[in-house]
Amino acid sequence: MTPDQCKYSSEHEWVYLDDDGVGLVGISQHAADSLGDVVFVDLPIVGDSMTQFGKMGEIESVKAFSELFSPVGGEVVEVNNILNDAPDLVNESPYEKGWMIKIKLNDASELDNLMTMSEYDNFVIQSEGN
Amino acid sequence: MSFEGPLKRTSLFESHLDSGGRLIDFAGWEMPVQYSGILGEVSKVRQSSGIFDVSHMGRLELSGRDAELLLNRVLSVDISAVDVGKAKYNVICDDQGGIIDDCIVYRKCDRFLLIPNASNRETVLDWLFGNMSDGADVEISDISDSTVMIAVQGPLSVDILSKHTTTDLTRLRPFSAVDTEAFGVEVFIARTGYTGEDGFEIIASSSYGPLIWKTLENSGASPCGLGARDVLRLEAGLLLHGSDMDLSVNPYEAGLDNFVSNDRPEYVAGESLALIRQEGIARRIVGLLIDGRSVARHGCFILHEGEKIGEISSGGPSPTLKQNIAMAYIPVALSEPGTKLGVDIRGKMTQAKVVELPFYKRVRL
Repeated sequence: MTPDQCKYSSEHEWVYLDDDGVGLVGISQHAADSLGDVVFVDLPIVGDSMTQFGKMGEIESVKAFSELFSPVGGEVVEVNNILNDAPDLVNESPYEKGWMIKIKLNDASELDNLMTMSEYDNFVIQSEGN
Repeated sequence: MSFEGPLKRTSLFESHLDSGGRLIDFAGWEMPVQYSGILGEVSKVRQSSGIFDVSHMGRLELSGRDAELLLNRVLSVDISAVDVGKAKYNVICDDQGGIIDDCIVYRKCDRFLLIPNASNRETVLDWLFGNMSDGADVEISDISDSTVMIAVQGPLSVDILSKHTTTDLTRLRPFSAVDTEAFGVEVFIARTGYTGEDGFEIIASSSYGPLIWKTLENSGASPCGLGARDVLRLEAGLLLHGSDMDLSVNPYEAGLDNFVSNDRPEYVAGESLALIRQEGIARRIVGLLIDGRSVARHGCFILHEGEKIGEISSGGPSPTLKQNIAMAYIPVALSEPGTKLGVDIRGKMTQAKVVELPFYKRVRL
């Protein structure tokens, strides 16, 4: 999986859909860099049900607090509990070791509501311009 | 706070870009919030040495026959008791005893140097001029823009800075300062800081800023931003004006009793402060150790038996204590160390325990 194979929300979460219809979810490099050193990630538990763009959890860095929003709807099937002890993985490796949850998607067409990587990059540039 | 016009830059702006700093708007200044990362920078300062650009702070020189009288009118400390080459922490209060700013004042042989916070520079200047008698012999010179101020903080700072001056810095006591030569240029070096570590603050002509910065960086001092500075000062229990104190707070509530001498007839806040002292205070600042991992920050409510009793003035994760910490104003009756209180973090309740400040105190050798 590479960042260009993910789709992105305007809240800076990414999702990568694997062959089994399970979406791997995390936050973008841009979001991780903006937050700075992450000290705590509060994630849902396995079995929780997510709606697209609904609240997924919370993330705290030294300087800031931010809410996390699920880029797709579905059931949480796995949580990256390693982040409990090593929240810094979100900064070090936001697309790999710093992944957050896996979701069994309810409706794969929700991916159409998300941005491609190049669309997201443009979105970031534009929002920073404002 | 909002500011008109473009952000101001210090003489180290290019140095920050070279050192990989991420710049933000801080009180109208374009300043580095971090370089490599806040946690790494905090640990550098606690274990070795870090450098900070603090040029955004004010540097006001006061000279003339009546400068001492003017300072005694506005500062919470008796400047007459401060010897040449010594520094003193103090607050500037309005005539009701509210805190306009906190400053460090230095007595040099022929003048005084006052360091107000960046965002209070104009207010402090106004207050000084407003308290000057007609015909007073005082010259106030704002040298903030023509000078650079760099803090070198951490246990190895004395070794690193000593490489670049012939002055024996091991003999410079805390809260002492010296005009000397370092880096081949004229500098003012004070053994002061805002991190809870041993360290120095260097003032020099702004044109030497980049040279001093680069030399210190190449000597092993790590560039540190405002993010690390905030964590370090919170751990050290040092207050930040604008968060932990302002006009609505008096120095006794802020725990600054040791920095107030209210019985001087010339002191403009003396009468108010003496009255406050006599009547006693209802609330005071305390340290809090916060349970759980959600971070309690400025503005979070403190609860006791379900009632809101106070607010957090500064809070954040402490990498040195490995726990979330905060300072808050709470009723004196509940301020005894060990008291358990509730904290409301965005609707989630957690527990906190009152502790003595500071949270972190360096081991003095």
